[in-house]
Amino acid sequence: MDKEKWEPKIVAFVCNWCTYTGADLAGTSRMKYPANAKMIRVMCSGSIDPVFIIKAFERGADGVLVSGCHPNDCHYNAGNFHARRRWDFFHELLDFIGIEKERLQFSWISASEGKKFADVIAKVTKDIKTLGPFTAYKKMNSEFTAVFPEIQEVVKETIIKEKETV
Amino acid sequence: MEELREYAKELLEKKEVAAVIGYTQVSENRTKPIIITDPADASKLVFNEYCLNNLSVYLTKARINAMCRTKDKIMKLAICAKPCDVHSIVALIQENQVHRNDIVIISFNCHGAVKDFGYEFSGENLASKCITCETHKPLYFDKIFGEEKETPKASDAALARIEELESMTHEERFEYFNNEFDKCIKCYACRAVCPLCYCQRCITDKAIPRWIESSSHQRGNFSWNIVRAFHLSARCTGCGECDRACPMDIPLSLINRRMAMEAKKSFSYVSGRSLETPTLVGSFNEKDSDELFM
Repeated sequence: MDKEKWEPKIVAFVCNWCTYTGADLAGTSRMKYPANAKMIRVMCSGSIDPVFIIKAFERGADGVLVSGCHPNDCHYNAGNFHARRRWDFFHELLDFIGIEKERLQFSWISASEGKKFADVIAKVTKDIKTLGPFTAYKKMNSEFTAVFPEIQEVVKETIIKEKETV
Repeated sequence: MEELREYAKELLEKKEVAAVIGYTQVSENRTKPIIITDPADASKLVFNEYCLNNLSVYLTKARINAMCRTKDKIMKLAICAKPCDVHSIVALIQENQVHRNDIVIISFNCHGAVKDFGYEFSGENLASKCITCETHKPLYFDKIFGEEKETPKASDAALARIEELESMTHEERFEYFNNEFDKCIKCYACRAVCPLCYCQRCITDKAIPRWIESSSHQRGNFSWNIVRAFHLSARCTGCGECDRACPMDIPLSLINRRMAMEAKKSFSYVSGRSLETPTLVGSFNEKDSDELFM
């Protein structure tokens, strides 16, 4: 694949109260930022289970962004404090297992920081672009479908069906 | 040894405890766990360097707890625990899985254990956790037996391995762990043997939605091992039972130890050491580092 033309797939888990609203502000203010991030809104950064992130990588994400309210700004008072400790360990674990630290990034973005949201998405996209596609993890998918070829067919069929319905 | 048997017998005769969980000799250099309810069986108890099992895993089992509940009262449970097993018990108490007043901890002055059954006790065959052990005397106990002896010296091979892995590039590490996890047959022995894997229903058993693929192909194995390691990070007390139970020799405790090192470095926290402090991941501090976040 042409590395210049390749666009990374980024999954952004954002909290409903701050970052999602910040993204909304970026949109209504007509700010420009890369369209690589696919946003998934959750109620709190503390409610993001690390298996969500593993699942994102499994399904072909090249990078993941997790974003929530600033400390002491959490809608649920302590959600992001709990998350902060957890992410510290998860980030360190993935690093030890061999996943580059830039693949999983974290940020605090408040509802009024539309500019920061655009900047963070741009930064994450740039970081992932320099790293290149996450082929190591994607290779596992190809081996998975090699073991279960029938699944490959099912996946193809569902993709075709989805396209037809759209 | 006689004192231990006498004490266990006394506890059972006086009906202070419903059962004593301990070790019994199977053959030379090999012991197995035993649950004693009859005072006459107390003579079967032993304690030596070949008592490897971490018996605290039984404390959260429903069948064991049912033994303690009679019609009119709830009885205590006595458990034989090496000083390192006491850490697991402390972690269980911290996480409200066991109540301190519900158990009688019978502990020992420990000078190390062998790495697996079938080895002679010596510095060379010392279990990896014993090399760096600092608690030869238990931190919490109700009764203590055994005399203090010197632990044989050995080099810390696990730490050297971690440092070696850290010096590798991410691609090399990913390949190494992928090859290791690829061996996994999803027997879940690591989960069954871990005292801190007490969830009634593990996330891998949940089918709707299926977060972790249960068939043992590379992708499912990778997810399972990440989740297992993450759920134990900052909680694992380093008893090393997962390593011993793994039939495929995946270096599980290596990852656990790396995460324990992170807990010590960033939060100066060691799991299962104090009944007074809350667990690290179960609590928070507003002054925690914000370095990770943009």
